[in-house]
Amino acid sequence: MSTKTDLRVPELDFDTPALKRHRRIRGLKDRGATMGIAVGGSSVILAVLLICFYLLYEVAPLFQGATIDKARSFALPAGEAGKSLYLTSEEQAEVGFRVAENGDMIFFDLANGDVMNRVVNPHSSVPTAFAVESDTSHEIAFGYEDGRILVAKHVYKITYPNGERLITPSIEFPYGEEGVQVADYPIRNITMRDSSDRMTLAIMGDQQADVIRFTKDVNFITEEVELTEERQSLPFVADTQALLLSGDQRYLYMVTSTGDLSEFDVRDMDDITLKAELDLLADDAKLVSISYLLGQSSLMVADTSGRVSQWFNVRDDATNEEILTFIRDVKQPNGITGVAMEHRRKGFATLDEKGSVAIYNSTSSRQVIDEVVSDGSARMIGFSPRANGLLLEDSKGIHFFDVDNEHPEVSWTSLWGEVWYEGYQEPTYTWQSSAANNDFEPKYSLMPLAFGTIKAAFYAMLMAVPLAICGAIYTAYFMAPGLRRKVKPVIELMEALPTVILGFLAGLFFAPFLEENLAAAFSILVVLPIGILLFAFIWSRMPQNIRWLVPEGWQPMLLIPVVVVLGWFCVAMSPVIELNFFDGNIRGFITNDLGITFDQRNALVVGFAMGFAVIPTIFSITEDAIFSVPKALTQGSLALGATYWQTMVRVVLPTASPGIFSAVMIGMGRAVGETMIVLMATGNTPIMDFNIFEGMRTLAANLAVEVPESEVGSSHYRILFLAAFVLFIFTFVVNTIAESVRQHLRKKYGSL
Amino acid sequence: MSKELKLKKQTVSEWMKSGDPWVWLNAGAVAICVIMVIGLLLLIAVRGLGHFWPADIVEARYEMPGTPAYNLVAERVETAEVSAAQLREAGIQVEDHHDMMSRTLMKTGNRDVYGSDFRWVIDEYLTDLRRPEMLFAAERYEWGNLYGYLLAVKEDGKVVAETSDKEPTASALATWEAFQQRIDRALAIHDDIYEIEKHEIGSINYALERIRLKQRGYELRNELTPAHLADLNAERAQYDAEYKQLQQRLIELYKEINRDTFVVEAMDGSVHEMQVAKIVRAYRPNSMGVFAKLGHYGSKVVEFLTAEPREANTEGGVFPAIFGTIMMVLLMTILVTPFGVVAAVYLREYASQGWFTRIIRIAVNNLAGVPSIVYGVFGLGFFVYFLGSGIDQAFFPEALPSPTFGTGGLMWASITLALLTVPVVIVATEEGLARIPRNVREGSLALGATKAETLWRVVLPMASPAIMTGVILAVARAAGEVAPLMLVGVVKLAPSLPLDGNYPFLHLDQKFMHLGFHIYDVGFQSPNVEAARPLVYATALLLVIVIALLNLAAVTIRNHLREKYKSLEM
Repeated sequence: MSTKTDLRVPELDFDTPALKRHRRIRGLKDRGATMGIAVGGSSVILAVLLICFYLLYEVAPLFQGATIDKARSFALPAGEAGKSLYLTSEEQAEVGFRVAENGDMIFFDLANGDVMNRVVNPHSSVPTAFAVESDTSHEIAFGYEDGRILVAKHVYKITYPNGERLITPSIEFPYGEEGVQVADYPIRNITMRDSSDRMTLAIMGDQQADVIRFTKDVNFITEEVELTEERQSLPFVADTQALLLSGDQRYLYMVTSTGDLSEFDVRDMDDITLKAELDLLADDAKLVSISYLLGQSSLMVADTSGRVSQWFNVRDDATNEEILTFIRDVKQPNGITGVAMEHRRKGFATLDEKGSVAIYNSTSSRQVIDEVVSDGSARMIGFSPRANGLLLEDSKGIHFFDVDNEHPEVSWTSLWGEVWYEGYQEPTYTWQSSAANNDFEPKYSLMPLAFGTIKAAFYAMLMAVPLAICGAIYTAYFMAPGLRRKVKPVIELMEALPTVILGFLAGLFFAPFLEENLAAAFSILVVLPIGILLFAFIWSRMPQNIRWLVPEGWQPMLLIPVVVVLGWFCVAMSPVIELNFFDGNIRGFITNDLGITFDQRNALVVGFAMGFAVIPTIFSITEDAIFSVPKALTQGSLALGATYWQTMVRVVLPTASPGIFSAVMIGMGRAVGETMIVLMATGNTPIMDFNIFEGMRTLAANLAVEVPESEVGSSHYRILFLAAFVLFIFTFVVNTIAESVRQHLRKKYGSL
Repeated sequence: MSKELKLKKQTVSEWMKSGDPWVWLNAGAVAICVIMVIGLLLLIAVRGLGHFWPADIVEARYEMPGTPAYNLVAERVETAEVSAAQLREAGIQVEDHHDMMSRTLMKTGNRDVYGSDFRWVIDEYLTDLRRPEMLFAAERYEWGNLYGYLLAVKEDGKVVAETSDKEPTASALATWEAFQQRIDRALAIHDDIYEIEKHEIGSINYALERIRLKQRGYELRNELTPAHLADLNAERAQYDAEYKQLQQRLIELYKEINRDTFVVEAMDGSVHEMQVAKIVRAYRPNSMGVFAKLGHYGSKVVEFLTAEPREANTEGGVFPAIFGTIMMVLLMTILVTPFGVVAAVYLREYASQGWFTRIIRIAVNNLAGVPSIVYGVFGLGFFVYFLGSGIDQAFFPEALPSPTFGTGGLMWASITLALLTVPVVIVATEEGLARIPRNVREGSLALGATKAETLWRVVLPMASPAIMTGVILAVARAAGEVAPLMLVGVVKLAPSLPLDGNYPFLHLDQKFMHLGFHIYDVGFQSPNVEAARPLVYATALLLVIVIALLNLAAVTIRNHLREKYKSLEM
């Protein structure tokens, strides 16, 4: 080595202005990159996590209570006419409407209480009876001392002079301003139902009661409506407080002040029968009101003890008769003084003697709010048509409240419990989110969907777990490396297959195929294992030189033709089995003899197709877990004299079991969330039946079907988001558990 | 297994004890899985490829007991065995001695004449089967296929060629030749009409709509001065004039194309006269040789890949669906690659590696397992209804109330799928970054490079194969995903492609068609599933091929990458 090495630093100046500038720019770039990446990276991660929060944000309003806020108060408009008999408003909640005791009909501005239009009682005397046809038809009926009735209808004309909305309220008299003479006695009580082809009326005087039906015929020439009158007298029930006709004009109810109800069948005017007598109330309670909920099938009975009970007709299968049945009730501590029904939903509000207002929904049997808003002088409440406003009348005048009550029909019970829906024979779990008519009771039970999801996942796992785990055991432990390199990509390709293709094949190819070869589907379960074992046994008896043709670890190649032949054999034998055991019609056998419903697109098809989709997931994770079991463990076991299979069962499997568990979990997560296969391979009917020959509707498929059609912000929309959230959380939790189990396993055996 | 070395034969119980049967059963599971995958691919391939092959047309006499006999002209579709009991239940009077019978689904075509184009026949009752050479099949723009004998060709109602022969005589062949010439002529005119209707009139309509929106925009901002209005009206008048001209030309072309008619005899002997313009192509499969059939096959495949769908998507091609899928995937890739890589780099290189990062990592990992439909719901709620309607109010108030971005479209679909696949890219990139040895980085830093330079010049290039793998896997997943797209912008039939010659050329707000959704829609929502089925198989095959190729590419790149950096892994 030379000692004269030149150790001088070459004369380079690193501090020239250009280099300084260059360094500064590099430094800036570096800091810029750091910032940029930090901001970009964390915002991507935030964006991804946003999903969870956004779903929650959409779901949250479902579980918020309602609010009721006093907006305006004013003195009773046209107070000299007396207290109100009826109180409501027009659609926009801008014009109020009240019917006064003296029969005047008064429209008033809800902003300040000014009278906008006062239609004076066209009859000379004060009405002695009053009834509302229904909130939605806007028809009301008065009965008078002289036996006349008068039907009025409040209507609102909307015009846009100068681009501003102007509402002009008025009263129409569909059956004439002078009324109709229907009785020769003073009318004390009245009820009325009107439809396009007939009008039914029940009246009660001091001693007698009658039911009168007008059939409407349109004269073709003059297009005038001609009324044909039929009448029939009714038994007089003393102390009758309320009369009520059902919406279909079939049943007439008379209720006494103590709650004794008499039900008459008035469909046939010539044959009126007393159908039933019931006691609606507890002993000490007095009737406050009885009225129909929207849709006119549920009777809501309010009493002085603070109880509101719901009753509707339930068909009895044995007699095919409709029986008025008690469904549910709500209770509150104070006596009720008034009830108002929502016009568009199955909700109602009660007013009690302490001046507090409670709002309920019947389907979810949920009290959304209970708030003291007035005092003991409060005597009447009424809803605006959209149920976003409430009118209350007390001694000080009229108060208008803004009501924010978006999702009353959602409660824990209505989502997950059994609910007794109108027209059903018993409480059920039902999902039916929409129907053709407006007064339909939405049925938002998530149970059938959750059940369908579990059912689909169960049958899929039933198919996938044994195949995937057995396959993985063989591939990881027994298979020759050369074959393994070929088999793994094949299975990975299986994972990459779009599920829409699996679903399409399942629905259009496999479902009809299975229907024709049902016997094969079940015989193959028996034939395949037995056939494989038989072949293995025969193989083990073969002369050595034949057996050595196929090297160790290549058994699957031998078995492929065997399985194909066995499968073909089962399919070929299927008609024979069908012919000999099921009279040539196995489908008929299942439906008729076993009494099981058979759908072409059923759980068996879904199980097969979705099993197919899940196999690769379970397979690759299991294979990974088994393959990564340290060789030292297995070699030790083999050295001690255990056979390969014993080593497998006693050493390898226990070691890998957490990994296999996580594989099954992840597979299940995939099966639960799979959409296209279930959408295409089932009938998508939300039923609760574990029958393998029937379909199901899963949460995911339901989302795909209903989300595009649901109205933004509606309860339905938010419930669908809730379903998405449930799916999200479920798969997220399942995957997290599986992942942490796997990480743990990797750490544990990584050192071995 | 190990016992195979012994020469002595085992007893049955010894064999059972050795555990070999279990091993064999496990091997059976592998065999079943492999058979299922390959069988499924074969099924799709055979059915998908078979669709384009010109099948022979058979003519036969069909006489079922209890019903009058008739002449049948049809293509065979499939044959199945069915038990006689089921037939009897369906009301067919089958003789008692039959147990099983084979029945065949026949495509009789001529839906306009018979109401349906398929019927099941029982093979037993088919007699006098033959394949006459002069029987022809014609694909039509409407009403599906036509089968029959050509009788005459007319021009302006005057017969130009005529035959009464059902054998390949000179007159029959001459008529056929005349028919083919006229089909070619009609197709040429049809192309002209298509060009005018779709492109020229389409762009005029588009321009008119833009003028309308411009005017509405002025109105909304209270800027509509008479000068503006005059300008707009002048423009409008110009387009209207162009439109009138085109319309005149169209009328002439329609007159031209409707000049020729032909007369055909259907299987029941009825004679129909139809317009040549209704025919897409006509051929006589029974007289075609293998090469002629191959040529026909090739032209059908080309049509499938490049043409637009006809007849509620049950005939024709899937070009718009291919195009839509590619556009959507491209946009998604453009979005997902930078963001995914940046997120992964941040997680691996910049964020401090504590418990928080670990949680984030697990969360991102698991998001890949969240059902895709959840992403779809999120996309619809957040992007379409929330962001989209916001954008509409801010930037496109003139188009309201019809939404621009406030409804599903190409952009929202791409973003939703980008969100769905970003975990895949993050995970793959992170894995690639983790595999790069520490000393490479340290070497770069020791030479004075800044962290950003190290990242840009050393780390990312080395990780690029991993990034590529991640992106390809993301693309493969996105291409096959349907459920979320159903919510955020896919339609069964889009009137125009999202990329065209009208400003701004790329229409991010437009709805588009997608191969996967096409399969779902045609297979399950179509009124004539039977007729659509072959096309669905072909579409499925196309999708499988695309996705298999993408996956193969990913696997190859991954293996290549492992080889390349093996030496670095010390």
